[in-house]
Amino acid sequence: MNLNATLFAQLVVFFILAWFTMKFVWPPIMKALDERASKIADGLAAADKAKSDLALAERRATDELRKARETANELRAGAERQGAQILDEARAEAAKIVAAARAAAEGEAAVAAQRAREALRDQVAQLAVAGAEKILRKEIDAARHADLLNQLKAEL
Amino acid sequence: MATEHAPTASEYIVHHLTHLKSGTQTSLVDWSVFHLDSLFFSVSLGLLAVLLMARAAAKATSGVPGRFQAAVEILVEMVSDQAKGIVHSAESRKFVAPVALTVFVWIFLMNAMDLLPLDLLPNIWGGIYGAAGHDPSHAYLRVVPTADLNATLGMSLAVLLICLYYSVKIKGLGHWIHELFTAPFGAHPVLWPINFAMQLIEFVAKTVSHGMRLFGNMYAGELIFMLIALMGAAWAGTFGSGLLWLGGVIAGTIWAIFHILIITLQAFIFMMLTLVYIGQAHESH
Repeated sequence: MNLNATLFAQLVVFFILAWFTMKFVWPPIMKALDERASKIADGLAAADKAKSDLALAERRATDELRKARETANELRAGAERQGAQILDEARAEAAKIVAAARAAAEGEAAVAAQRAREALRDQVAQLAVAGAEKILRKEIDAARHADLLNQLKAEL
Repeated sequence: MATEHAPTASEYIVHHLTHLKSGTQTSLVDWSVFHLDSLFFSVSLGLLAVLLMARAAAKATSGVPGRFQAAVEILVEMVSDQAKGIVHSAESRKFVAPVALTVFVWIFLMNAMDLLPLDLLPNIWGGIYGAAGHDPSHAYLRVVPTADLNATLGMSLAVLLICLYYSVKIKGLGHWIHELFTAPFGAHPVLWPINFAMQLIEFVAKTVSHGMRLFGNMYAGELIFMLIALMGAAWAGTFGSGLLWLGGVIAGTIWAIFHILIITLQAFIFMMLTLVYIGQAHESH
């Protein structure tokens, strides 16, 4: 328990060690700690930003999807409408063509029938004349009775 | 102690309480003498402390820290938090916080010398001393620098100097001297001498108690280790001495475990008081 110069030596050593710590120990460690803290803060901020970005992107993707679906629906509806229209037009055209063809065929048939009827009339008149000739052979003079025959032909 | 005659209990203790000195102490206070053992161990442990921490600091990375770096970082953070709570000037903390860290680690290491086997280093030193041709029974060595009043008072005086420096720096010389005479009782001229006396008492009491507390704890701890060692040394082959030896082992174990708490606590208390006193130097009355 004697006091001696050790006391002052210890005092000087104290300041040397404290100076050394202040110069070479404290600043680098504090710097590392602060840097890590800011790194962590940055990381957390980035994570938050990424999360909100993801939410945004998801919302945008849903929007796009919905829009694409709507467009597809519209396109399909349009195509169906157009297809139906084309079908209708084609059907009408076909009906028109069929009707025209039928009309033409009927007309042709009427003409042919008329022609056949006239030919038949001629033949009937000739047959009648021929029959009458065979019956009347001598009594009937073709020239003298031509008027009569023509009259008959017109009546037929 | 394996000499011709075994020392008596009191000889053993006195031997262990005698410093390795650079000269002969003639009076209670003798400024011409150094305690070489205290100086050697305190300087070595101080260098060990700051170089270990400097090693961690040199390799410090802001990325994932290794275990050693993390351990040093925990210490630094602890001291930094305490300093922030007590010393409110960021400028002062640039010096004060490293001082607190140094004090804590350094004192912890010096205190921890108490946990080495009591006779280990003194016996080695005795061997060296004897080999050098001297009388080994005069090979004195105390390995716990904080059980030397000179060391602890030296550190508390250093803290006092820091306090005075910051008192003048923060308050200005004029304001500080004004405060010495007007606080704590008031500015009336009659009160000036009383105020000044109170301030002086406060400074002396702070500094002496600061150093004495650490010294007292460590000195007492060391002494108890010596008594326990004496208990163990009672072994003489008889049943009763066997019980004493067993008691020495048990008591030594318990005291060493308890001492782990004390050395840490005393280092922490010294550091906290350093911060508190320096913090007080920043505050006006």
